[in-house]
Amino acid sequence: MSQKQDEENPAEETGEEKQDTQEKEGILPERAEEAKLKAKYPSLGQKPGGSDFLMKRLQKGVSLISYPLLLESKGILGMKSIEQKYFDSGDYNMAKAKMKNKQLPSTGPDKNLVTGDHIPTPQDLPQRKSSLVTSKLAG
Amino acid sequence: MAGAGGGNDIQWCFSQVKGAVDDDVAEADIISTVEFNHSGELLATGDKGGRVVIFQQEQENKIQSHSRGEYNVYSTFQSHEPEFDYLKSLEIEEKINKIRWLPQKNAAQFLLSTNDKTIKLWKISERDKRPEGYNLKEEDIVDIKPANMEELTEVITAAEFHPNSCNTFVYSSSKGTIRLCDMRASALCDRHSKLFEEPEDPSNRSFFSEIISSISDVKFSHSGRYMMTRDYLSVKIWDLNMENRPVETYQVHEYLRSKLCSLYENDCIFDKFECCWNGSDSVVMTGSYNNFFRMFDRNTKRDITLEASRENNKPRTVLKPRKVCASGKRKKDEISVDSLDFNKKILHTAWHPKENIIAVATTNNLYIFQDKVN
Repeated sequence: MSQKQDEENPAEETGEEKQDTQEKEGILPERAEEAKLKAKYPSLGQKPGGSDFLMKRLQKGVSLISYPLLLESKGILGMKSIEQKYFDSGDYNMAKAKMKNKQLPSTGPDKNLVTGDHIPTPQDLPQRKSSLVTSKLAG
Repeated sequence: MAGAGGGNDIQWCFSQVKGAVDDDVAEADIISTVEFNHSGELLATGDKGGRVVIFQQEQENKIQSHSRGEYNVYSTFQSHEPEFDYLKSLEIEEKINKIRWLPQKNAAQFLLSTNDKTIKLWKISERDKRPEGYNLKEEDIVDIKPANMEELTEVITAAEFHPNSCNTFVYSSSKGTIRLCDMRASALCDRHSKLFEEPEDPSNRSFFSEIISSISDVKFSHSGRYMMTRDYLSVKIWDLNMENRPVETYQVHEYLRSKLCSLYENDCIFDKFECCWNGSDSVVMTGSYNNFFRMFDRNTKRDITLEASRENNKPRTVLKPRKVCASGKRKKDEISVDSLDFNKKILHTAWHPKENIIAVATTNNLYIFQDKVN
C-alpha cells in the first residue's frame, strides 16, 4: 500500500520529516475509503447515513438524521423502535394486519380477523418471551 | 513488534473454554459482559438473553499446583426479561450491558446487573446460592437529551465511577470526549469538572472521523490516577491531571483504516470494543476481530496479539503470538487483513484483579487463559 502512495504523491514523500509522512499515509487510506463510500451512495450528505432504513428516508426527501439517530436506527443504541423495519406506522400496521390474516384459518368470517381497518394495539403485538433455557455457558 | 509475551514476558496458556461448540449461535447466547469480582474468586458473564452465569474458582491444591484453580459454575439465573414500552413504542432488550460486583461484606455476594432500562441488585446467599433480586430506583444523574430528538448530535457511550473517590465519575461521548463529574457539585451533573479531548487536525477530517473517534469504553486504572478509553482503532491512556491529550496511545488494528468503507457497510465500524487493566495497571488488554485480542505493556512498550480458538485447546499449551499482515508480502504464519473473520469479534475481556488470569469472550464462548506456572 505504501508503494501506491509513493506513486500518487511523490512530492510528499521527499523533503518531509518521516513522522509527517507517516501521518499523511495514515490519513490517505481514510480519504480513499471515504471516496469509495460516496461513489456507492451519491446521496450521502455531510452527516453519516447509510442503512436501508435511512436510504428510504433520504429518497423521500426527509432531512438527514444525526449520527446518534443513525445508531438508534441500526439498533446500536439498544432501543429498537418498531419503525426500524417499516417506513412509517401505516406501513407497520398494514404489515401486521397481513401477518394476522395469514395466521388465521380461512373458514368463514372471524371477529378476531384483522382486516386492516382494525388498528392494532400493543396487546396484538407478538409477545417476546424471555429465554427459558439455561445458558450454554452453564452447561 | 511482538515480544514473547505482553508484560514481563508472560507466557499465556489455555486453561478452559465454556459454551457450545456449534457455529449456529442463538442470539440469546451472545455474551454481552464479563466481570471478575474484587477477589477474583468469582467470574460473572451476562448475555443477550438476559441471563447471568457466575463461575467460582476452585481452591488451589496446595500440594500439586500445576495450575491455578479452575472456574466452575456457581450460580446462574435470569436477570432481565424483554419489555415493551407502550408509551414510546420501544422494545427494551433484556441484554445485560454490565455487571458490577459490590465489595463483599459478609457471606453473601452482591452484584449489579443492568440492561438499557433497569439496574438490578442481586444477592446470592452462600447457603443455597439462589439469587434474590431487587430493582433499583432510576435516578437521572446526567441528561444531555435536547428538546428535539432530531437535533441530537452526541450520545453518552460509556460511564464509570472512580475506584477510590465515590462521588466522582466519568462518561464518554460519541464525539470522542470524556467528562469528569463530581456529584457533590450538583445533583444533576450537566456541568463537568474536567473535559478530556485530544485536539484534531481539521484537515485530517473524513466522513469516518466522528464514527471512529466515538469512545466505546472507559475504565479507570486500579490506582485511580489514570483512565483508559477505547475508540474504534486505538486505546488511549489519560492522566486525570492532563485534559488536553492522552499520555499514551496504542494502535489496536491500524490496518483497518484502509477498510473503513466495508466496515461501515457491514456495520462493524459501530462495534463497541471494551478494554481492561491488569491488577498492577502495567498492562492493558482489548479485543479485535478474528477472535484476536491484544495486550500492551505500558512499561516495556511491547505488544502481543493472541487468538481465542478451540484449536489451542490443550491445558497449559502456550499461545502462539499472531500477526496480521497489513500490506505487501505475507510472511508464513501471518494472516492478511482480507482473511480476517469480522464476525468473530472479541468485545469483552476481563483481567483477574490479582493474578495473571484473563477471561476472554468470543461471540458465545468464554475462554480462560492464565500465565504459565512452572
